[in-house]
Amino acid sequence: MSSSSTAGTGAGIAAPVLRTRARRKAEWRRRRLVLLLMSPWIAGFSIFFGYPLVMSVYLSFMHYDLLSSPRWVGGANYAYAFHHDPQFWVAFRNTLWFIAIAVPLQVLFAFGVALMLERAKRGAGFFRTVFYLPALAPPVAATLGFVYLLNPATGPVNTILGKLGVQGPLWFNDPQWAKPALVLLALWGIGNTMVIFLAAVLDVPQHLYESAELDGAGWWQRLRWVTLPTVSPVILFAVVFGVIQGLQYFTQAYVAAAVASGQASQAGDTLNALGYPEDSTLFYPVLLYQWGFNNFQMGYASALAMLLLVVSFAVTLVIVVNSRRWVHQAVPR
Amino acid sequence: MRKRTAAAVVLIGALVVAAAATARSVQSSGPTKLTVWVGWSAGHELVEFKKLAKEYEQLHPDVKLNVVGGIDDNKIVAAIRSGTAPDVASSFNSYNVANYCSTGGWIDLAPLMKKDNIKASLFPSAPRYYTQYQGKRCALPLLADDYGLYYNKKLFKAAGITRPPRTMSELVADAKKLTVRDKQGNIKVAGFDPVVGFYENTPDRWIQHFGGAWLNAKGNSAIGTDPAWAKWGTWLKSMVDWYGYNKLVRFQSQPIDEFTPSQAFETGKLAMNFDGEWRVAFIKNEHPELDYGTAPMPADDAHPELYGSAYINGTIIGIPRGGKNLDKSWQLVKWLTTNSHALATFSNGIRNVPTTTASGSSKEIQPDAHFSTFIKMFNHPKSGTSPIMASGNAYTNAVQRFFQGWQAGSVKDLQSGLKKLAKQLDAQVAQAKGGGGVP
Repeated sequence: MSSSSTAGTGAGIAAPVLRTRARRKAEWRRRRLVLLLMSPWIAGFSIFFGYPLVMSVYLSFMHYDLLSSPRWVGGANYAYAFHHDPQFWVAFRNTLWFIAIAVPLQVLFAFGVALMLERAKRGAGFFRTVFYLPALAPPVAATLGFVYLLNPATGPVNTILGKLGVQGPLWFNDPQWAKPALVLLALWGIGNTMVIFLAAVLDVPQHLYESAELDGAGWWQRLRWVTLPTVSPVILFAVVFGVIQGLQYFTQAYVAAAVASGQASQAGDTLNALGYPEDSTLFYPVLLYQWGFNNFQMGYASALAMLLLVVSFAVTLVIVVNSRRWVHQAVPR
Repeated sequence: MRKRTAAAVVLIGALVVAAAATARSVQSSGPTKLTVWVGWSAGHELVEFKKLAKEYEQLHPDVKLNVVGGIDDNKIVAAIRSGTAPDVASSFNSYNVANYCSTGGWIDLAPLMKKDNIKASLFPSAPRYYTQYQGKRCALPLLADDYGLYYNKKLFKAAGITRPPRTMSELVADAKKLTVRDKQGNIKVAGFDPVVGFYENTPDRWIQHFGGAWLNAKGNSAIGTDPAWAKWGTWLKSMVDWYGYNKLVRFQSQPIDEFTPSQAFETGKLAMNFDGEWRVAFIKNEHPELDYGTAPMPADDAHPELYGSAYINGTIIGIPRGGKNLDKSWQLVKWLTTNSHALATFSNGIRNVPTTTASGSSKEIQPDAHFSTFIKMFNHPKSGTSPIMASGNAYTNAVQRFFQGWQAGSVKDLQSGLKKLAKQLDAQVAQAKGGGGVP
């Protein structure tokens, strides 16, 4: 009796322990599987994001000319950016200008086009395709096309303006007009944002419009009190995405400057044209590229990259925090 | 059974090793392959270099050259970093020689030159200077560029001008006579286009003809203190203003790309042009019918002694570190840069100036009245080049950016702007040396 009782007690203790062990084992197996499934992403993230990020932080405190070993210079690279590099603040202002002007215009234009397309009764598919098509054009080709269209001497736009008795501007060759010309290019390519807006607008529950109409709401009131609050999370996404893209604006500015300056035809000469005309298209990433790959000062370029990262975080944070006031949050049922 | 298997494995292993050894011995008996990177990409220039490479292969059957064109410094630096550098590399950008020499990116050629008794004095002073940095010679010159005046004889005759201008005042007067505008005042034919950034108009080439100094005795920028810079700036602005800056930009926006057959001087849209000696070959290939002449660039009226001189720069060639065929690479570099026949042949092909004193007077140089102007300027005692600075290309680019702003009217006060520029240049050099900020 006593032995069976002892055995019974032993089994009573062993069972929970075994169950715990089995649970732990199962948990460990599950974690291993999750880790295995995530490993491609972890590897990609570590190699292509984590490592470059850590190296950029490290190099930003170094003098590094790409060909000899990095040498510690403390905060000298940051001091040079703020106090001695005449192009730093120019590039900063240009980037800020582009974000302040191009992003709101892009969002407004894409939203407006989406509203029009949502109302189109006939040929909706055709118009959607037409407005989306520019987004498929590679940025380099699109920029080349715009530089050709807006050529001050021979471009179709100035030719037409000339026939109307108006002397067209110098566009990409004038520091006052180069950025607005890039904004036009950005507006032309709003296809992706427009499609997202269109999906959001089409997704607004119909009964909300019907209720508003019953309350006597007109077009503007329906837009203001039904459509906008419902699509506000998408607007937030478009703004944040646009700002981040604005902070990374490079290809179009690089190509437009090289081609408009007439220095795109010989090896190496393109780099001398960055920012043409008169640094008006020198955006922050172009400046960063110039220091890293034209002037071969990767330490300083890394410091510029770190500043860009900090600014990107800060701007995104400000937008997201402020968005709580105007972005409609769906109440969970 | 096991013994048999083991024996078979050993036998197969031995066969594999033997085959590999044979393959290696066959490989080693073949010619050594050398990869040569060059900047030339324009049609006839790359073709001429490849012809020269062919000749070298015939003279050296143990070497096979793989010539790659269209290379710039960015690609060279990336290749050195990744351990995939070519055996021999050349660059149009001698401004960046400091980066190659000070870092060992291109190997020091001095020991190789000493071994083969090659003296740097083979080369005139300007190319000798822009192929080293602070005494370390990591490059040699492979033909040079100097810059003079091209003028359209037909347009000169029509305007009643009998000879090319020799002073800046004469240049302005002739340019005004030669300029043709339409009813709206747009430029149809420009007598001369002085805009900095247009074609070969850069401050380093212009200041040569005003006698401006780049550096003071301490090695800092003299741009804010040497009056020649302000004098050139004033001259530039007055000429640009005569045309109207916007009118010149509109003129330049036509399809007149520099390295195409529609280049403005070649097509008669530009009566006079400040250009490199290579244009002689371009005109011969693209517009042989053009009736033109070449002359030294006019000099500042107060510096007649500078007439006949030129700004000199050119292609540099060296051996990137990490190469596996050092000896053969050096033999190639040596032949390309010091052999009078090679230099004369290549000079005839692309009409660049041969870079050793001996090759400049070689009988193999094909006589050409247009080209001989540039050889004479190359040997002029007052000819010069720009300083090789630690910050490389960025140094002269900063000066160019300043004058682009000045000519367009964005810079209001020239003298104070130049002083500020000088400080920025000194800070830039200090930063490039790793100190950061002001020296």
